[in-house]
Amino acid sequence: MNPNIHQKQQNFEAFSAFLQAEADLKRTKRRQLFIFFALFLFALTGSAYVGEVNINEFVDGLPGFFNYFHETLPKLHAATLASDISDWYWGIDKWLQFLWDTVLIAFLATLFGFIFAFLLCFPSSRNLNKNIRTYFVCRRIMEIARSVPELVYALIFVFSFGIGPFPGVLAIAIHSCGALGKLFSEVNENAELGAAEGVLASGGNWFQMIRYAVVPQVFPNFMSYTLLRFEINVRAASVVGFVGAGGIGQELMTSIRQFIYTDVSAIVLLLVCAVSIIDISCEKLRHRIIGKEFLV
Amino acid sequence: MSRPLTAVDLNKIYPLYPAVFKRPLRQRLVRLLIWTGFTGFTIYCLGGLGFFEFNMISAGIKKLSGVIAFMLPPAAHGRLLDFIRAIFETLGMAFLGTLLAFFLALPMGFLGSKNIVGNPVFHFGLRRGFDFVRGIDALIWALVWINVVGLGPFAGILAIGCSVSGELAKLFSEAIENVDHKQIEGVRASGADAVQVMRYAIFPQVFPVILSNTLYYFESNTRSATILGIVGAGGIGLQLADRIRVLAWDQASLIIILILITVYLIDAASNYIRQRFIKAPGSRQFSSNK
Repeated sequence: MNPNIHQKQQNFEAFSAFLQAEADLKRTKRRQLFIFFALFLFALTGSAYVGEVNINEFVDGLPGFFNYFHETLPKLHAATLASDISDWYWGIDKWLQFLWDTVLIAFLATLFGFIFAFLLCFPSSRNLNKNIRTYFVCRRIMEIARSVPELVYALIFVFSFGIGPFPGVLAIAIHSCGALGKLFSEVNENAELGAAEGVLASGGNWFQMIRYAVVPQVFPNFMSYTLLRFEINVRAASVVGFVGAGGIGQELMTSIRQFIYTDVSAIVLLLVCAVSIIDISCEKLRHRIIGKEFLV
Repeated sequence: MSRPLTAVDLNKIYPLYPAVFKRPLRQRLVRLLIWTGFTGFTIYCLGGLGFFEFNMISAGIKKLSGVIAFMLPPAAHGRLLDFIRAIFETLGMAFLGTLLAFFLALPMGFLGSKNIVGNPVFHFGLRRGFDFVRGIDALIWALVWINVVGLGPFAGILAIGCSVSGELAKLFSEAIENVDHKQIEGVRASGADAVQVMRYAIFPQVFPVILSNTLYYFESNTRSATILGIVGAGGIGLQLADRIRVLAWDQASLIIILILITVYLIDAASNYIRQRFIKAPGSRQFSSNK
């Protein structure tokens, strides 16, 4: 046979195989896309139905929304700027007091969350605790603590302890304990256990092993996560007030409900600024405690 | 061979490693000062937030134990169907809210990335705008929208859409800023205009990132949708707040359990979808012909 023809024959076979594969690929892709769109449309119509989406209502409401924003903006004039601003922030002393309370709520909640997470995280690390029963119990406690939203705890605690910051601290602390405990035990499970073996071999008990071999390794990470949690808790503390659990949220809720427009913008602006300042300073602190590369 | 340390051994060891057993005076003083300050601040907080009002606390604990007793066992009292409907309403709110945020964030993300719009003043301003929008919690947005469109799940959808759009826009513009420039150069070298560069060089790179972030936010929005109802924006939270208001604690605990199950299922489903269908940009593979 002519080798040239043989070559051509092979080329042709390869090419038709390629075309076949391409067509197959296109068909599966098209089918996937179709299924995806069908599901998407189903979810969309279903959600629109149960979500009581009403475009007319929305269109009617939209000017109201812009009006709302217009109303909340303070009337500032260049000529009387200073007095306008002081009018806008007429309640600054009271609001700063509430803001300070909010930060205190976040601080205490983070502290309590840290303490309980610290106690629970060692028994719930697979590599440090071989006792399956305590491991299981500690894991479940942390899971329940972090899966229930803060606001739900806050509702229950406000009912029990009455309106005020105390139930807010409890609610955020429980949630933080669960969230931090999970992160802490993940850190523990990545710890180098050579030192732990050393402590055990030289006659130390379990607590001494944790204290002298594990804690020095994991503590910087713990602190970094705790600071991150503090940032999150400041936000949480600013909204638990909506159900009566203290802080600036209570004041904000009142002004929104009573349509005191300029107060709304004043408090929201104050809140956003305070949260950003805390975020930025915590970030600086975190990068000092633990290298920048650890945190995305 | 190991034997317990004796006092004699310790006396030998002390002078050899002074720093291990006794820290310098200055360091000890600084530590003492930090700890005193920390403890003092904590006590101030405890006092300020009512942790020393023992009457209130003991009464509260009594009431709380009563509540927990009433919560068990969870019961529906014939309202299970209402609750499940509310769960679906919550999921719908999360879905539409995420979708709204996605469509708001997509153009904003493109405008907010340095390599698309070069003007630094515009970039800085828009980025701070994103920060401001996402700095306002979804619950605050919900309260505002309730004033505009009234009580109900629609306000919740708009609230989720607003608060998450700032967050998504930030993530999208960061993803767009991190694209690989080789592909842009390649597409441009073959004669493409700006729109074609966006479509064929930038979009395929950022789309998986955008999709997986959006899915992640759907997950987190399900969690926030469950509580938006507590301030009146529909969904299961509304039912929960309502049941607590009439002190039907056994139904409230059932609702909490339903919320936990829903959140767990959504987490599992979105994890599955992320791993199965959306490949992260690093691990993108060409599908081999079978």
